[in-house]
Amino acid sequence: MEEKITTRRKVLIGMTSAVGAVGASFGVVPFVASWNPSAKAKAVGGPVKVDVSKMQVGQKIQVSWRKQPVFVIRHSKAALDSLSKVESKLDDPKSLKIEEPYRDVNPTRSTSDEYTVIAGVCTHLGCAPKYYPEIESQPWDESWVGGFFCPCHGSMFDIVGRVFKGVPAPTNLKVPPHYFDGSILTIGEERGTA
Amino acid sequence: MTQKSSGFFNWINARLPIVNTYERHLSKHPVPKKVNFWYMFGALASVVLIIQIVSGIWLMFGYENTEEGAFASIEYIMRDIEYGWVIRYMHTTGASMFFAVVYLHMFRGLLYGSYHKPRELVWVFGMTIYLVMMAEGFLGYVLPYGQMSYWGAQVIISLFGAIPYIGESLEIWVRGDYYISGATISRFFALHVVALPLILIALVFMHLVALHEVGAGNPEGVDIEKHLDEDGVPLDSVPFFPYKVLNALVAIGIFGIVFSIIMFFFPEGGGYMLELANFEEANPLSTPEHIAPVWYYSPYYAMLRAVPDKLGGLVVMGAAIAILFVVPWLDRSKAASIRYKGILSKIAMTIFIISWLMLAWLGTVPVTALRTTLSIIGTIIYFAFFLLMPIYTSIEKTKPVPERL
Repeated sequence: MEEKITTRRKVLIGMTSAVGAVGASFGVVPFVASWNPSAKAKAVGGPVKVDVSKMQVGQKIQVSWRKQPVFVIRHSKAALDSLSKVESKLDDPKSLKIEEPYRDVNPTRSTSDEYTVIAGVCTHLGCAPKYYPEIESQPWDESWVGGFFCPCHGSMFDIVGRVFKGVPAPTNLKVPPHYFDGSILTIGEERGTA
Repeated sequence: MTQKSSGFFNWINARLPIVNTYERHLSKHPVPKKVNFWYMFGALASVVLIIQIVSGIWLMFGYENTEEGAFASIEYIMRDIEYGWVIRYMHTTGASMFFAVVYLHMFRGLLYGSYHKPRELVWVFGMTIYLVMMAEGFLGYVLPYGQMSYWGAQVIISLFGAIPYIGESLEIWVRGDYYISGATISRFFALHVVALPLILIALVFMHLVALHEVGAGNPEGVDIEKHLDEDGVPLDSVPFFPYKVLNALVAIGIFGIVFSIIMFFFPEGGGYMLELANFEEANPLSTPEHIAPVWYYSPYYAMLRAVPDKLGGLVVMGAAIAILFVVPWLDRSKAASIRYKGILSKIAMTIFIISWLMLAWLGTVPVTALRTTLSIIGTIIYFAFFLLMPIYTSIEKTKPVPERL
């Protein structure tokens, strides 16, 4: 009898604790969810437009989208032709490790055959990589073939943002959604959406 | 109840044990009769904690926790508020001095085996304090919203991104935005001034309660509890007041001089305490040429950079701090103090100090191929010191520890 009461008591305590724990975890939801981006923060992230017709061949400009740098580079024909030559140095030349929005469309990785549009946020720890297009020896790489170098932790990317082997950055620079309307580039949405 | 207390104190003490607590933890608390200067840094750490709380409250009077206002409000404190510059430099110097005394305090623990039985929990609480301090220091550094605040935070928050699957959403959740914005600043502000200080004070309380339960250690590693007088007080102890208090006052005086010299003449600490890039407002579109943490994080930053893999770097950095927590169980030596340990421990300790200082330097300078190699060597030595500790402390021959202090 005594034992039966003890067992029953244990079961009741266990059940009460379990129900209480479930209730408490629902109670945590508002506290956790309030840390998500607010409606205001989400609304600010709208698309931006930029006229790229004035860019020189080989030039890189920086556009701010969601307060993050986006690099737009106008490539020369020769530079685009050399892209396949550096592939042996790259970790993921076909961008198979990430969601690539415009895979196999253009060698530039964008929807244009001349301009590259990439997020200027290093996939390692978020610094903005710097553009060194010249093919010349650099302190971080004697046989530098031109591209992006991240000053923070030494990650290297080629001129269309594909990551080199043996650097801390795990993946290629991301390509943001974008479309060209003549020379007007829109960053932050696909054609026909919004 | 004590006879010495007046009627008023008796009346209070019967309802709230202030006299008993005062005597037990302060005036009559027995401390080892022979200690050296290494035993002063704990007291100094509590002094800095008070400095940080007071100067922090005063900074809040002028600080604005918004994206538009944060940087300008720091300039306002520095230029427009009377003596605002003293308050701010007191807080920034205090941050560096906090880490300086805590590192020395921790090193004392390693040197004299302060974590040996029965002081394991004192060590674990201490390490937790250190961990919370690191978070507190990071959050505080973001608040001025200068270039180094922004990009330092960008790098640290991106570390969460290394966690598989949930990493990227976790980053956004921590920031509360797609970049380090006003939303990030206001939550970091709340954590920095309320949440973490509360936790810190609670942990310091536990650290001290646990310490007073087992009693303070000494540089000889002698267990003074073995020889007690008829009242149960250790024979090799002296009461906290006046002996320890007057000693501490001398230490606090010297510390105050050093603190003031830094605060008034070298508040930037040559760019190691306040980085020059942080005198420029945050620009999310341009990374400074060279991102380095303030000096007290630099050994771990060097370890992060030594690993050419995002997740690997995070794991190594986390493990470097986590391993400190289990030191009480890694040290198998019969002697607590380095004075009575064998030659292997002494060699290991020397190499460890050199490699830690090397890592601290490497974390503050730009990367080159040679420096990366040195960082890798330093990281390996750091881990070897701890991971091989069970082996070298158990095979070496220790000297006999004396019976009395």
